[in-house]
Amino acid sequence: MIRVRDLVKHFKVHKRPPGFAAAMKSLVRRKYETVRAVDGVTFTIERGERVGFLGPNGAGKTTTLKVLSGLLHPTSGEVEVEGFTPHQRETKLLETITLVMGQKSQLIWDLPPSETYAMNRAVFDVAHAEFEKTLAELTELLDLGPLIDKPTRQLSLGERMKCELAAALLHRPTTLFLDEPTIGLDVAMQLAIRDFVRSYNQRHEATVILTSHYMDDVVALCPRIIVIDQGKLIHDGDLRALIKTMDPDKRVSFTLTNGATDIDLGKLGTVLAREGQRITLRVPEREIPSAVGHLLGRLHAADLAIEDPPLEEILRVMFGKSPRAEASERAGMGEEGEASEREARR
Amino acid sequence: MITSTMRRTLRAIPTLLRVGVAETVAYRAEFLVWILTTTLPLVMLALWTSVASEAPFRSYTSADFVAYYLAGLIVRNLTGSWVAWQISEEIRMGAMSMRLLRPIHPFVAFSVSHLAAVPFRTIVALPIAVVLLLSSGASALATEPLQLVLAVPSLALAWLITFSFLFGLGTLGFLFTKTMAMLNLYFGLFSLFSGYLMPIPLLPPILREIAEYSPFRFMFSVPVELMTRKIDSAELAWLMVGQVAWAIVTLAVALWVWKRGLRRYEAVGG
Repeated sequence: MIRVRDLVKHFKVHKRPPGFAAAMKSLVRRKYETVRAVDGVTFTIERGERVGFLGPNGAGKTTTLKVLSGLLHPTSGEVEVEGFTPHQRETKLLETITLVMGQKSQLIWDLPPSETYAMNRAVFDVAHAEFEKTLAELTELLDLGPLIDKPTRQLSLGERMKCELAAALLHRPTTLFLDEPTIGLDVAMQLAIRDFVRSYNQRHEATVILTSHYMDDVVALCPRIIVIDQGKLIHDGDLRALIKTMDPDKRVSFTLTNGATDIDLGKLGTVLAREGQRITLRVPEREIPSAVGHLLGRLHAADLAIEDPPLEEILRVMFGKSPRAEASERAGMGEEGEASEREARR
Repeated sequence: MITSTMRRTLRAIPTLLRVGVAETVAYRAEFLVWILTTTLPLVMLALWTSVASEAPFRSYTSADFVAYYLAGLIVRNLTGSWVAWQISEEIRMGAMSMRLLRPIHPFVAFSVSHLAAVPFRTIVALPIAVVLLLSSGASALATEPLQLVLAVPSLALAWLITFSFLFGLGTLGFLFTKTMAMLNLYFGLFSLFSGYLMPIPLLPPILREIAEYSPFRFMFSVPVELMTRKIDSAELAWLMVGQVAWAIVTLAVALWVWKRGLRRYEAVGG
């Protein structure tokens, strides 16, 4: 179980404008400002839950995960993970948690992953028989067979990520902090990792906290969403409830088999997209039956689908971002975003 | 009393040593460069033997210099450490985070991986030193059995003092992010006060006084002295007690700085 009450984490950041003069000036007199990375966050997560942390870059998601895993000392507030105070880094806590960071590797770079696994077995004091059993299980689930004896530096990003996951789970932790575990991976690999996390959660009743720039990861894995923005918790609850609160209208997509003008379609809902004959309408939930009846009966629409609004759209509204900013952020895929988060903290 | 944490740490050491050896072998180019950087005693040897070639320099004969610097080469190779640079870099780049998630104190993890490299260092240093010592400096070697026996624990203590000192210095990276300037300052002070550049008795009086009590002497000069000059029993006891005392002090300070520094860790990078 994880309990967080009024968690605050501030960083003191040295601010300096660009240029030589500013660099010289900063040698003599430095200006600091306090960045409130996490600013009074409270939540409780029960054993076995899968929770998604969402928020724009620099919102405080990763900082919260780092406090929960004991890497950072909180500025104030109470944090309890499995009955322990994380920053005290007690052995019993470290044995029950793991943190996977998509952009940080725990694998020894010039040695095959099997050497990191052997080292983790030793430091986590896992019995040989149990280690062999877990490794065999992970090797099968993640298809690691051909990878574990190749030097880490020769693995592709996706292969390395799978090996990272195995290294993080060899001691069978019951609390998983996953920070962008699928970053930079192709769709097939994302799906494989998603399936693996879900099955690990179910088989070991493990608690999973996930941050990801890929909304599909979050939607597929996390029934509960915690949204953090500017260090503050702005939503904690069911993913569908969040969507319903923010945008109760449905998205109806279909292909027209005969002509219909935007005026005809406008009577059914708002036209959001039109690509050739493929159209997406925004329709209030209560009007769905009549709209669908009209589309199928009168307009002979085909391939009709009714969906909730995409989570990206909801978040864009929540964080007040323009679609362009969102698109460029997604193009940056986190690396630049996290870099700017880093810069903000420095 | 051995706690369960200590027991599990002891159980982990053989595997850590094995992985440390594998790492040393994997990083062979880097390792060779490191070995080459510890050959300063050979440069100093050439310099001082030429100074003393005609007549002894302040009671140091050419053979004395040969014995001193070759013993120094052995000591430096067995006790030198790059842990401060490693820690400083891991803190700066955020790689320390992964280390902190393992239930083993980083002092133990770093020290075991560094100890794993020691045998490989002797492969390079020992044959050179033995050959040269036997050919031209053997007459200046210490012959007292007790001194030569004590040289072994003295080497171990010199390693511990050096490692703890550098562990503490690297850990300052938690507070200052970039510690390279401090590490350069350390190396300057070490070179001067440890006897690495020249035997301590050759230093000007004030510097000699400082050097004799500084931790640097106990990192390098003491084991060299045990191997190369006759030391009476009172001084021998003083040197060994001094080494133990500095080992305790540097270890305690290193662990204290670590504990304090950890609170300031920013775990940069996602």
